[in-house]
Order: sequence, then structure tokens, then C-alpha cells
Amino acid sequence: MAMKAIDPQYTADSKYALEVRNVDIYYSAFRAVKNCSFGMERNKITALIGPSGCGKSTVLRSLNRMNDLIAGARTEGEVLYRGQNLYDPDIDAVQVRRSIGMVFQKANPFPKSIYDNIAYGPRVNGWKGSKAEMDELVERALRGAVLWDEVKDDLKKSGLAISGGQQQRLCIARALAVEPEVILMDEPCSALDPISTLKIEELMFELRQRYSIVIVTHNMQQAARASDNTVFFLMDKEDRAGQIVEYGPTEQIFQSPKDERTEQYISGRFG
Amino acid sequence: MSAEPLTPLSASTGRLPQGEEVKQNVASRQQRGKLWQASLLFSVFVGLLVLLLLAWNIVNDAFGGIAVQEAVEVEALTGGRELEELAQPELVAILEENLRSRVLGNLNREQPLAERDAENLIEVILFEIIKPEVVATFSLYDYLFNRAEIEAQLAQDFPRAELEFKSWLRWDFIVNPMSSNPIFAGVRTALLGTLWLLVLTILISFPLGLGAAIYLEEYQSDKIFDERKPVGRFFNRVIERSTSIISTNIYNLSGVPSIIYGMLGLAIFVRALEAFTSGSFFGANEGTTANGRTIISAALTMSLLVLPVVIISSQEAIKAVPSTLRQASLGLGATKWQTIWKIVLPNALPGILTGTILAISRAIGETAPLIVVGASTFIVTDPTSIFSKFTVLPIQIYNWTSRPQDEFRAIAAAAIITLLILLLSLNATAILLRNYLRSRRVS
Repeated sequence: MAMKAIDPQYTADSKYALEVRNVDIYYSAFRAVKNCSFGMERNKITALIGPSGCGKSTVLRSLNRMNDLIAGARTEGEVLYRGQNLYDPDIDAVQVRRSIGMVFQKANPFPKSIYDNIAYGPRVNGWKGSKAEMDELVERALRGAVLWDEVKDDLKKSGLAISGGQQQRLCIARALAVEPEVILMDEPCSALDPISTLKIEELMFELRQRYSIVIVTHNMQQAARASDNTVFFLMDKEDRAGQIVEYGPTEQIFQSPKDERTEQYISGRFG
Repeated sequence: MSAEPLTPLSASTGRLPQGEEVKQNVASRQQRGKLWQASLLFSVFVGLLVLLLLAWNIVNDAFGGIAVQEAVEVEALTGGRELEELAQPELVAILEENLRSRVLGNLNREQPLAERDAENLIEVILFEIIKPEVVATFSLYDYLFNRAEIEAQLAQDFPRAELEFKSWLRWDFIVNPMSSNPIFAGVRTALLGTLWLLVLTILISFPLGLGAAIYLEEYQSDKIFDERKPVGRFFNRVIERSTSIISTNIYNLSGVPSIIYGMLGLAIFVRALEAFTSGSFFGANEGTTANGRTIISAALTMSLLVLPVVIISSQEAIKAVPSTLRQASLGLGATKWQTIWKIVLPNALPGILTGTILAISRAIGETAPLIVVGASTFIVTDPTSIFSKFTVLPIQIYNWTSRPQDEFRAIAAAAIITLLILLLSLNATAILLRNYLRSRRVS
């Protein structure tokens, strides 16, 4: 089977790092998300918000084909990255996930040392460098996730032996080590205390300079203070499929929403 | 939403215990809990009791007293001295006095008596003149607590016999081959057979079982062939159907009685595949080979027997690896196989190994399928290859317990202890291995 490659030389003629066009996502016969179209701007933070069950996590997971892992899940429509539909039958999901990294809701470091956690990604992706270069890469990734100063003296320590907030930053560092272009974050702070949450948010602002970030969050304040654009999802009461109600710059969504339902949601009247 | 003042609901007033009544009510409920706790403790003690009884029953037979009667008393030969005190020429003199000339001639032909050392001469005297013979065997209990009775009976039946303590489990017993005389019989042949069987069964069932478990857990829902072509769709259906038959029936397979696996082994490995299992196809024509009734047939049969259990326990271990780790790995661009090899298996390995070793140690105690497959009940030659005739410890024990003599019952008990030590050390290996792997993995 001829594999198509995502063109690395592709120069952006779109302002979007990722673009979703008319996406419907099914779990077997059930349509979980319908008519989803929006773009995620380059070097910006895009927040996906909405009440539970509205499909925002499903959409996020469709962006690097993590939904493929769920039996019976199916995506229709296009997700465009570098001018290429990621759901083209000749595109390998493994290739997609290298460029579009993911950070999960619950920090999930491997039961390996901090060093090996970071080195894992490059190694499985065919790392050709020397040991010294790997040391350097690990340091760069940990610095990128603002974790280096805290763990530099015990890189041999287990990734599970550090605090929850540090574990989540380790997971971010791990994602950075394979040099992705987009980082997807699925409620990365939901299990963290406010101080750790703040650190992650500061980190997101740092990362924005080099990466495009898409984050799913339940926390309205977080979306308001830590994102550039916001997409608001809501479940259609009739067929229980999630759909986009409104999307635009965060400021506009939070201060002058065009849709009544958006206003109700962000002012806490339902959801 | 404003909270309403909490007033007692008229319907429940007086229906729930109040005041002093609460104390009594709680006390009586706690009482009931204590009663249950006590009865649960009782079940534990029943288990303990059974264990102690089992251990005592075996020890009682494997150790005990024997009455030894000598054809000629040492004192009569030596005039009241011990054999060890005598000088070499004196020992030669005793032999020359007491043996017939033909026997003497034979001994001299092997090695002239005058050239032999004292140790050797004492051995010859014991074997040829004194001829100690076990005339009665007593269990440990009788030996310890019914001493007077035993001695009275001995004095009556065998006045010259001497009562002494005997441990049937001893080094000679482990290294001696099978013999029709229980005094000299050992378990070497059976022990070697069991070890051969153990190693071969592990080598066959572990890779197969683990492989099947990985496929069923990780790949079952994957499509191997191109789903867009009709041929590919067809083959995908076939594979899907057959793997789902296996995964739904694997528990049933593990419950099939072992004798039925024995019948299967007899039909397939011993009979149908005789050319291969007897080794004749490979040019291995051993003198000891008996058709297809070889170690390899037994090991294949045992592997079939343990395979379902190995698969199930490996599946459980693989299932226990958190799916978040798989997702993390796949999310970094690892392929499915890299994820399995580098994340899933290292984390599942302790569980897989423990399950496999426990399953196999269970099988090593199996007798029924091996009787069917044709383990020998009496052989004295050690197994030397996978095409050798063999016997195993459980068969040897079964064989000895069915003999009428007390001595055989005693050595059967000693063989049971040998088997138990083997099994317990296998289980201990499983535990140590698991702990080692867990500690080596940084967690």
C-alpha cells in the first residue's frame, strides 16, 4: 500500500495550523459530533469549551486520530494539516501523531525514569543521534516544559515519583521531545491544584511561540484567561449530537457572544 | 434554592431508634458482624487444619522406624568389638573364615582381598555375611509413641532384630534409579523425567500462550487485510470469526478434564505423529525409544493442557496495563508493535511469568494424561533426549502407593516430599521473579 507522506516542505497558505471541515464523528451507529467546521490558528491557543457530553474531547481526539483506537469510532469529513486530509485512507495515523502531539487529562508518565520518559518518543521514532545529543534533547524538552530546574539532579528518578503537576509537565516535555507542530491538551489541569494549574497555563503561553495549542477545558476562567480563540460546543437536544454553537476570538466569545446559548453557558446559567 | 427548616417528618417519627435504643441497636448490629467474623475465621482454621493433616500424613510415612535383622551378629564375628576397630588383616580373616570358597574366589578375582582397604572389606562383610534385612517398618507415630508395643511385638517375632530410626528421604533416594527393592529404590529416573517435561512444557507453552494472549488482547479488533477489497474483507471476517471463537471458548478449554487432553495427546502425538514424536523421522533411533510414547509427546500434551491457562493469565496481565500508557505511547508516534514491545509487555511481564509458572507447576503434578500418553511405570534408564522413554514423579508415586509392602508406602511418601519441594521451589521462583521484575522496573 502506497503511503502518502505529509509534505514537510509545505508552506502555509492558510493561517490555520489545523482545520476541521464538515466533520461528523460516529461511535458505531451513534453520531456523537455533527457538522463540525473550524480552524485552529498557528501559534495560538484554541480552547474547546462546552458542557459534559458535548463532544469537545471527541473532536480533540479526532485531530490526531486517537479516535482510531476506539473500536467502532468513525470520522467523516476532513481534518486538514499542511494541506493534507489526515483521514485520507493512505495516511498512516502513526505519522500524524508525531506531528500532532497529545497531553492527556490524567498525567500518564511511563513507569520509567524521567530521562527515559523523554527519550522514549525520539527513540520509537527512529532517533539517530548520539548519547550526548539525546542528553541535550532531554534537557531542551524539560526546559521547554519548565521542569528542568526541578528535576535536573535526578533524571534517573521514576517519572511516577514526582508531584502531579510535575508529572503533567513531564508529559508535556515528553510530547515536545518529538518536535511536534501542534499540541493537543485534553483537560490537562482537571486533576491539578490551582498552583500547578497556573504553572501549566504560564507554560502554555511560553509554548505558543513555537507551537499551536488546542486545549479542551471545563474551566471557564481557564478558557477566558489562557486562550486566544474559543470554540463553544453544545449537544443538540434532538439527536444528542454535539455541534459548534459559536467560535471566534476568546475576548469576543466571553464579552459579546452572538448566540444566546453561549451567553447563558459562560455566565453559568446552565451546563 | 433556599433550604427549608429541618423538621421531623411525621411519618418516620418513632420508627427509627432513639436515645438508649440507638446504643442497643448498634451493639446488636456489631454483635452480628462479630459472629460472622468468627465463622470466617473458622473456615480459615479448617484450611490450616487440612494443611497440617496433609503434612503430617506425608511426614508420618516418609520417616519412622525400621527393624533390622542381621543374619550373623557383629559381636559373634568379632568377639565383642566393632568392625571399624579391626585392622585390615583381621577383616580378611573374618571373610576367609565365614565365606564359602567359591564366593571367596569370586571376590579375589575382582580384587585380591589382601589388597583391599578396610572400608571396602567392611562393605563386603556387611553385604555377604551380616546381611542386614528390614523385617518390619513402622510409621513415625508408632515409632515415637507406641514404642513399647512395637518392641514387645518385635521381641516375639524377630528376637534378633534391632529397631532404628529411618528417614526414607535421603540423598541416595534422590540419586538412585528405580529398583524393585524398596531399600535401594530411588527417584532419579522420575525426577529427571519431570525436569525434562517441565522445561519442554515451558518452552512450548510459554511462547505460544503469550503470543495468543497478545494477539487476542491487542490485535483482535484490527483488520489485517485491506478492508476496501472484497478478498481482504473476506479474510478479515474469517480471522475475526475464528479469533472470537477462541476468545469466547478459552475458559471452557481451561476447564476440560485433563484426561481428555491425555486422550487427545494419545491420538495425535503418540499415534498420528508417531514418526516425529518417536524421533525416527529425525534419525534418532534410541534403544529406549518406545513408539511415540516419548518425553516430547508428553510435553506437547502437557502444553495443550496448560495453554488455555497460560493464555488467560497472560491476557489478564496484559489487560491490567493501564490503557493510558498505551495512549501515551501511541500519542508520541509509536506504532502498535512498539507500544506492545516497549510499554505493554515490560509492564505485564511479572504477571505473565507468575501466571505461567503457576499453571505449569500445576501441570507437573498431573498424572492422568501422562498415564494415557504412556509414561512408563518401571524404567531404570535415565531420559537422555526428547525421544526417550520416561516416567515422572506423580506416576512413580502412584505406582509405589499401589504396592502392598509397607516399604513402598514409605518411599512413596518420600517421593511426595520430593515432588512438593520441586513444586514449592517453582512457585518460589515465580514469586522471586515477579518481585525482581517489579523492583527493576522504576515505578
